[in-house]
Amino acid sequence: MNKNYAIDLSLMPSTFDLWHVYLIVTVIVLALILIFVLLAMIISMARRAKKSAEDKAILAAVPVEPEVKVVEKIVEVEKIVQAPAPEPVVLKEASSDAALQLLSILQKDARFIDFIKEDISSYSDADIGVAARVVHEGCNKAINEYFTLKTVRSEQEGSKVTLAKGFNASEVRLTGNIVGKAPFSGLLIHKGWKVTDVRLPKLTQGHNAKIVAAAEVEL
Amino acid sequence: MSGLFGHVNKGESSSESDENEKIQQDSDEQPTEGKKENSADDLSSLSAESISSESTDSEGGKYSVGIDLGTTHCVLSYVDLSKDEDELTQEVMAIPQLTSPGVVDDKNQLPSFLYLAHEAETTEGSTSLPWSEQPQYLVGEIARDLGSKTPIRLVSSAKSWLCHAGVDCKEPILPSEAPEDVDRISPFEATKAYLQHLKEAWGNKHPNAPLEEQDLIITVPASFDPAARELTVEAAKAIGLNQALLLEEPQSALYSWIDNSLGDWRNHVNVGDVILVIDVGGGTTDLSLIAVTDQEGNLELTRIAVGDHILLGGDNMDLALAYTIKAKMEQESGNRLEPWQVQALTHACRDAKEKIFNNQEMDNVPLVVPSRGSSLIGGTLRSELTREEVDNVLVAGFLPEVPVSERPVSKTRSGLRTKGLPYAQDAGITRHLAAFLAKQLSSVEDFEHVELPENATFLHPTAILFNGGVLKADILSDKLIKTLNSWLVSEQAPEARLLEGADLDLAVAKGAAYYGVVRQGKGVRIKGGTAAAYYVGVESAMPAVPGMAAEVEALCIAPFGMEEGTEEAVHDDEFGLVIGEPVRFRFFASTIRRDDKVGTRLDYWTDEELEELDEIEITLPEEGHNAGEVIPVHLSAAVTEVGTLELHAVSQQDSHRWKIEFDVRAGDD
Repeated sequence: MNKNYAIDLSLMPSTFDLWHVYLIVTVIVLALILIFVLLAMIISMARRAKKSAEDKAILAAVPVEPEVKVVEKIVEVEKIVQAPAPEPVVLKEASSDAALQLLSILQKDARFIDFIKEDISSYSDADIGVAARVVHEGCNKAINEYFTLKTVRSEQEGSKVTLAKGFNASEVRLTGNIVGKAPFSGLLIHKGWKVTDVRLPKLTQGHNAKIVAAAEVEL
Repeated sequence: MSGLFGHVNKGESSSESDENEKIQQDSDEQPTEGKKENSADDLSSLSAESISSESTDSEGGKYSVGIDLGTTHCVLSYVDLSKDEDELTQEVMAIPQLTSPGVVDDKNQLPSFLYLAHEAETTEGSTSLPWSEQPQYLVGEIARDLGSKTPIRLVSSAKSWLCHAGVDCKEPILPSEAPEDVDRISPFEATKAYLQHLKEAWGNKHPNAPLEEQDLIITVPASFDPAARELTVEAAKAIGLNQALLLEEPQSALYSWIDNSLGDWRNHVNVGDVILVIDVGGGTTDLSLIAVTDQEGNLELTRIAVGDHILLGGDNMDLALAYTIKAKMEQESGNRLEPWQVQALTHACRDAKEKIFNNQEMDNVPLVVPSRGSSLIGGTLRSELTREEVDNVLVAGFLPEVPVSERPVSKTRSGLRTKGLPYAQDAGITRHLAAFLAKQLSSVEDFEHVELPENATFLHPTAILFNGGVLKADILSDKLIKTLNSWLVSEQAPEARLLEGADLDLAVAKGAAYYGVVRQGKGVRIKGGTAAAYYVGVESAMPAVPGMAAEVEALCIAPFGMEEGTEEAVHDDEFGLVIGEPVRFRFFASTIRRDDKVGTRLDYWTDEELEELDEIEITLPEEGHNAGEVIPVHLSAAVTEVGTLELHAVSQQDSHRWKIEFDVRAGDD
């Protein structure tokens, strides 16, 4: 037999033999495997896509807040950064209106400013004494009317007092030989004053507190 | 942040000079506001507590409110009726008021003064109150204060004018000393202004319980005549307080004493007691007698007599002292004191007097009259008030130890028609008291438990209740008791005892609020009725005598002790009234004729028996009738629940009623 294997592309098989069956089965199997793998890939990709979409949705549901939080945080950070430098201790500013009001009351009831502003060097003690009565009486009346005063310590001045541990250091000031630990024992030098009630009158909107005594013109 | 801003600015401004500071304040408003916020710091935080405790109640609540509408001070007291009977507590309301321009303070008393400020006197916003930007009148402490320097614009003692015969209380007549171009107001208007202020102050503290909806009692002097009572009620109605009831001040003081005793009062008074209430206030002295009787085993209180309206009080005492010292100072220095110095001296004397009263060891108190200029030491005058002067002027002058037969210097009728108030001519309170007790000798005849000796020349009180700030001074009250007891001893009667525990300044207002509780059936009620019998003058049927005025008979139209809510008509006496023409009657009152019935005719009476009040007037309107038609009417008198007397003319034809007006004073010219 002439075993000449020439490739002739125009030649068509005229029989359906076992080889052909093999080939066809292999092609079909391979195709099936290919389809399966592709399907599996698509499904798994679809699932992943869904998950990521869900994640995205969760992320999308919260998103406004976290964004603001972030901004807030930034502000806080700024503050913290700012704070240590210019905020040592904020000192309370005493209200000048109340102080002016008290001056005005003392002037009205006790002629306080007149007395203080007068040059007393040329007057005799007796004359000053007469005027001092006006001031003393008036001040006493005003203070009693607008403040309730109590002594901090009820003991007699000059008597021995003992301060237990945890005593109020703003009410009692220690002086002299301060050593050791509470309880402290010492002499009461000044009994102290404490305002327990303030009843200052209210002021109208149009009131100018700086005029503590108006000038007076008689017609 | 704004607060910080304010701090910075303030720090700057305080380091600047005065002028700059002023300019800054005028030009720059922001920092001032910052300051205002800051002022709520530290000190004010203390007062914030008291403010919050006073703050308003959330639910409406129901209160019984008593108003003491005094001649010199008004006080408002209240009881919360929504609480249980045992927990009823009496409170006196602090009344917000201007004390000087721009300053509002809460005070228990509202001085009964009204100031008619000139437009140049106040700046905008400096007279605003918590409830009003621009009140119509300045009332309270600011009025008294400004008025002390400008008396021509000060209205004072409006209440005494209400009871002043001979003036029309709705005519603008106050201040009576004011020059032409100062607007005047009527005593009625001033009374309205005080009530208005109290009403607004109440509304401010109790926004959910307006005063219009509370039980309201207003006290009047027992000696107020029907016209003055009517005017007081009318003033209350004019500002919407239609429910106001009247209560006599001495009764109110007794109610307060009963309330204070917490039920123990029954152990302090007995059946047969006659309680003398002596009320010496700032401007008036008011006397009342209240008998303790037995009604089916229960103690009962009946007000049996009231005194005359005596314009004499603590203010007279301060003035008397000031004039004594003035004379002394003028004698020493040779210079006359100016009016403002007398004013300051009066203030100084008031304080000095109290010091001497309260301190037994103090025999003299220095008096200082500071100069008006800013130099205090240079121009200040000095003197002193001694205990001896106080004894001479006050004790001997106002409470002289006189026998019970003494009488005050009688006031003349002509004095009533003058421009000013009819101040008592005799300052001796004890003489007024002696006259009152002697006059009321017969007032206890109807009370079986009260016994008087045959030969008694005056009514013997067995207990005394004091009221009014003046009698807080032991020296004065002791002297009063001592004098009274010396009279009693001289007639072999037991000494009268003092009912202790009265609050002399605030008792009247407190008693009035308590009376609101009593009216709900929760306590003993003082019976009283009208304090006088009332008469109209009718021409007698005698033949006319040429040259003589026709004789007048007094026809009783309301008997003594007419109870509230009752009415009596004079059916027998018929008058022909002409439609459209005003008809006037002379009007009389008697506090001692107790037995006259309605319709009783008196053809003779003494001046002491019957006191002539202002004329009353009836005008029949034309509605339904022809002008000139004569309608036969009879008179009818009713005591209203409010406590006022109402007179009506009732047509004999169809029972139509016309009200008879009281306040036609000064209209008889």
